[in-house]
Amino acid sequence: VDQGEDGLLSTPESPTPPRRPRHLPDWAKGHILLLPTTLWFAVLLIIPMLIVIEYSLGHRGVINPIRFSWGELNWTNYKDALNPQFLPIFTRSIEYATAATLACIALGFPLAYWIARFSGRFRNVFLVLVIIPFLTSYLIRMYAWQFILQTNGLLNSALGHLGLGDHHQFLNTPFAVILGLTYGFLPFMTLPLYASIERMDVSLVEASYDLGHGKISTFFRVIVPSVSPGLVAGVLLVFIPAVGDFVTPQLLGGVKTTMFGNTVADQFGQGQNWPLGSAMSVLLMGFILIGVFIYLWRVGEDAL
Amino acid sequence: MSAQRRVKHKSALRPRYLKLHAVLVFAFLFAPIVVLVVFSFNASRGGTTWTGFSTGWYSKLLHDDDVRHAFKNTLQVAIFATVIATIMGTLAAFALTRFRFRGRSAYSTLIFISLVMPEVVMGISMLALFTNVTHTHLSLRTVIFAHITFCIAFVVVVVKARLASFDNRLIEAANDLGATPYQAFVRVVLPLAAPGIAAGAILAFMISLDDVVITFFTSGPGSTTLPLYILGQTRVGVSPKINALSTVVLVFSLLLLGFGGIISWRASKRGAGGVDATTLA
Repeated sequence: VDQGEDGLLSTPESPTPPRRPRHLPDWAKGHILLLPTTLWFAVLLIIPMLIVIEYSLGHRGVINPIRFSWGELNWTNYKDALNPQFLPIFTRSIEYATAATLACIALGFPLAYWIARFSGRFRNVFLVLVIIPFLTSYLIRMYAWQFILQTNGLLNSALGHLGLGDHHQFLNTPFAVILGLTYGFLPFMTLPLYASIERMDVSLVEASYDLGHGKISTFFRVIVPSVSPGLVAGVLLVFIPAVGDFVTPQLLGGVKTTMFGNTVADQFGQGQNWPLGSAMSVLLMGFILIGVFIYLWRVGEDAL
Repeated sequence: MSAQRRVKHKSALRPRYLKLHAVLVFAFLFAPIVVLVVFSFNASRGGTTWTGFSTGWYSKLLHDDDVRHAFKNTLQVAIFATVIATIMGTLAAFALTRFRFRGRSAYSTLIFISLVMPEVVMGISMLALFTNVTHTHLSLRTVIFAHITFCIAFVVVVVKARLASFDNRLIEAANDLGATPYQAFVRVVLPLAAPGIAAGAILAFMISLDDVVITFFTSGPGSTTLPLYILGQTRVGVSPKINALSTVVLVFSLLLLGFGGIISWRASKRGAGGVDATTLA
């Protein structure tokens, strides 16, 4: 009954008769410990998700924001979510998130490589320096950029001193939003890359040089494949939160740089079109779940 | 080892350029934060021209009832959410690392999904639950419920990482020495897992402290938290008062981070593999 190796109550040799009733099987012990979380997640994570799916098939109500009946499922919300009014917002979110992810790789990969292999004695210090922004308020970091990028902000006054003009419009541009996303999620790229590079077998790099491969060839054929779990993790950890982000476009963007997160929020706020907002959420969630399953398939769930 | 290292330096990516890159990226990471903090001491109201040192904005904060109220709310939410999420998350982490059972990997996936779910989606789905299904009045209570939900996963991940390096033989030894399962748990497993649990709790606390999006959807009148207050103010525009408030929040987070760092450093010194921040990612 008891699995010995893994059980908390393991006495594999001779379970004495009186103690036997306490030896629950592993699955029972596991589920008892999981029970509070299971119940909590059922009520506050899974049921709300099901409600959103249900709403996405409902009608917009007048007094209650939602009318729904199983008799008449309403698929037009999905059509509306992808109509010419909203489709550009969806593609824009993907574009911005992709740009930010690429920028994070460009900045994060060399940084992670340097920390993992060349930073010497102070490696942990540099690692902490990456982690500090990761654990300070995202909102506040975006506010800091709002402060710097505003029209009479520091960047403009610095450019003015250099004689490059001091009235550039930075806020409300795609540049500001992509910069904000890159800044916000850079640690999410750097940390998993660091973990992979640190585990990389350096002798493979040496072997590649010895066998006559050049720098570029070695980089793409040896280094990139051996850090790919970290790269995949980093890409998803940056892309997923970036594509649904709400705070960055809110603070650094404007009407022309609205992203999906803002549009969903709008439907539940001023827009008051809950069914449409729900359909958009379901699409976003579906898109992200595809990413998650790629991750689990590529990296394995032990990486969690 | 050192000879090998010298060879590495010659052939691999040039450390010199990498170092320059690293310096620039660190400057990029920290310059905005430094600017924010520096300008919270600016005397002028208008933002970015420096007109002299002043702590005036901080004393304004102290006398602002809205800020004080928001601060109280934030702490209350963070404390409740942390305590409850830590208990549930720790139990779940134990279950997932110490026992093999059917559905275990599906459960890990569920926890992963709660980690990657867009905040907006989590926020609106709970808003729908509270307003249309359970008809719960939006208040601090609903904010706490929401925070517990997203904090659990972080606690699970951190505690699991700590338990993964746990030596099962210690429990067997405790059993062999006549400990009851309960005694073995309380006297052997719990003390060894404690640094992980503490790190998970601190992470949950920090994340609760910073959350803005989910709080935005689940809070009602009177349950404004500090991040919500800051978000509201940024819509009006930039002001040194927000810089000062942000600085206070940053210092608070850094103190927590330092506290968490000390705990995990002491744990790793004891040789049981402390919780590394890379395990979070």
